[in-house]
Amino acid sequence: MYTETVMDHFKNPRNVGNIENADGVGQVGNAKCGDIMKIYLKINDDIIEDVKFETFGCGSAIASSSMATELIKGKNINEAVELSNKAVVEALGGLPPVKVHCSVLAEQAIKSALYDYAQRTNKVIKGLENFNPEEEEHSCH
Amino acid sequence: MSKKIYLDNAATTKVRKEVVEEMIKYFDEFYGNPSSQLYELGRKSKEAIEKSRKTIADFINADEKEFYFTGGGSESDNWAIKGVAFANMKKGKHIITTKIEHHAILHTCEYLEKFGFETTYLDVDQYGMIDLEQLKVSIRPDTILISIMYANNEIGTIQPIEQIGEIAHEHGIIFHTDAVQAMGAVKIDVKKQHIDLMSMSAHKVGGPKGIGGMYIRKGVKIDNFIHGGGQERGKRAGTEGVQNIVGFGKAVELINKNFDKHVEALTLKRNKLIEGIKSNIEDVILNGHPTMRLPNNVNFSYKYVEGESILLLLDMEGIAASSGSACTSGSLDPSHVLLATGLDHGTAHGSIRFTLSEEITDEDIEFVVETMKSIIEKLRKISPLNKNNAM
Ligand SMILES: Cc1ncc(COP(=O)(O)O)c(C=O)c1O
Repeated sequence: MYTETVMDHFKNPRNVGNIENADGVGQVGNAKCGDIMKIYLKINDDIIEDVKFETFGCGSAIASSSMATELIKGKNINEAVELSNKAVVEALGGLPPVKVHCSVLAEQAIKSALYDYAQRTNKVIKGLENFNPEEEEHSCH
Repeated sequence: MSKKIYLDNAATTKVRKEVVEEMIKYFDEFYGNPSSQLYELGRKSKEAIEKSRKTIADFINADEKEFYFTGGGSESDNWAIKGVAFANMKKGKHIITTKIEHHAILHTCEYLEKFGFETTYLDVDQYGMIDLEQLKVSIRPDTILISIMYANNEIGTIQPIEQIGEIAHEHGIIFHTDAVQAMGAVKIDVKKQHIDLMSMSAHKVGGPKGIGGMYIRKGVKIDNFIHGGGQERGKRAGTEGVQNIVGFGKAVELINKNFDKHVEALTLKRNKLIEGIKSNIEDVILNGHPTMRLPNNVNFSYKYVEGESILLLLDMEGIAASSGSACTSGSLDPSHVLLATGLDHGTAHGSIRFTLSEEITDEDIEFVVETMKSIIEKLRKISPLNKNNAM
């Protein structure tokens, strides 16, 4: 059902945990739907120096979070904001159709953490001008 | 890979060796059509069917003429609901069932709503029990059928069937029960328990898949289900799956042999697993009734974690189980049964069902408890819902 890469990231998720005094924190999803993702960012000079995640959800939700954090680690925030769910799916070697929403959630979680950072630092991140974390409270899948 | 531990016996069971041996003869040795009564090969098939019918009818204290073979539990449920509805629609179009039935019942009732039938879905309490008072007040002059499952497939709760049967009969209403999970686990006596119709399935009791049964009390008004030849007294046409029927009969014969011992042994194992999980893992909720539950059913919710993740990690250790999480079913919502017992969605997503067989050893149970303990710990470390994760 899952690719080897998905199973690898599920079994040994990278960047698990939280960051004390994070510069940006974002949480998306809800328990009702069965997935919640929380992303913590440590940012220095607009570079993501560290990223951690906590996820409640199925195997693909955990793997998507792990892969997404790997893909933005060390990147400039303007690059990171462009991370799409498609890129996460590709890096994972594919997800079953019913699980694609997990990658969407990972994309949203990162955008939400970057949005939090932008709010705190009064910065404008291109691509997040119209981002509304409330609206991202999507209905289940 | 280490030993495989199969703990999904509510999904299906291993076909017993003795059953396979009996069935095999009916492929290339006794292959005659049971309707061909003029030569021996045909008669042999017919005899085998009637022997199975008698074994199963005796097991539930029915008359042989009241037992019919079907294509499985789902078919029996469909037949019971549609057959009674269409045969009695002049009397009324109201059906009473519960919120925790198998989809074979629920979706059939929904289908009938297209034809003007109305369904009342009874609530259950936190243990999955219906309320007999609610049942009584739900009965209307146009109620034609009460269909309440004997034991639930997810949480194992056993309903007070005899009392339900009494209530139905006091009001002259036909009573159907889905006993697919109950058969082989509890003593069933259709006469004493006022059961009019009962669904059964072979693959839950060590028999083959794709064969089931229906008890129809003499005199109950129900339409025929499959129209065609005269098989199953014209009620369920089609050349009989003789080998499957033989397998079903053999499986029931085997259960019957050691019934009390079998149930006692399973109950001990079940209680050991329940105790093991309760005393080793924090923040768990036992789903289903503490005592009125199937002897092989263990269903817990593990807070802060999601069921599919647990199943994947269990599979890596060779353990097969099932979950009420939406993620495992492809639907949007977690199990309708768990939600009906009042669990919130999040907690329902974190539920795991273990259903045991007699093959499970005490060592297996200890291994499962240890494995669950470390899986839940691992997943809770990742979970944003777990308040213990230091910030
Ligand atoms: C309570 C209940 N009813 C009906 C069924 C359907 O039985 P079958 O698989 O034989 O169609 C099942 C099996 O999943 C069940 O557990």
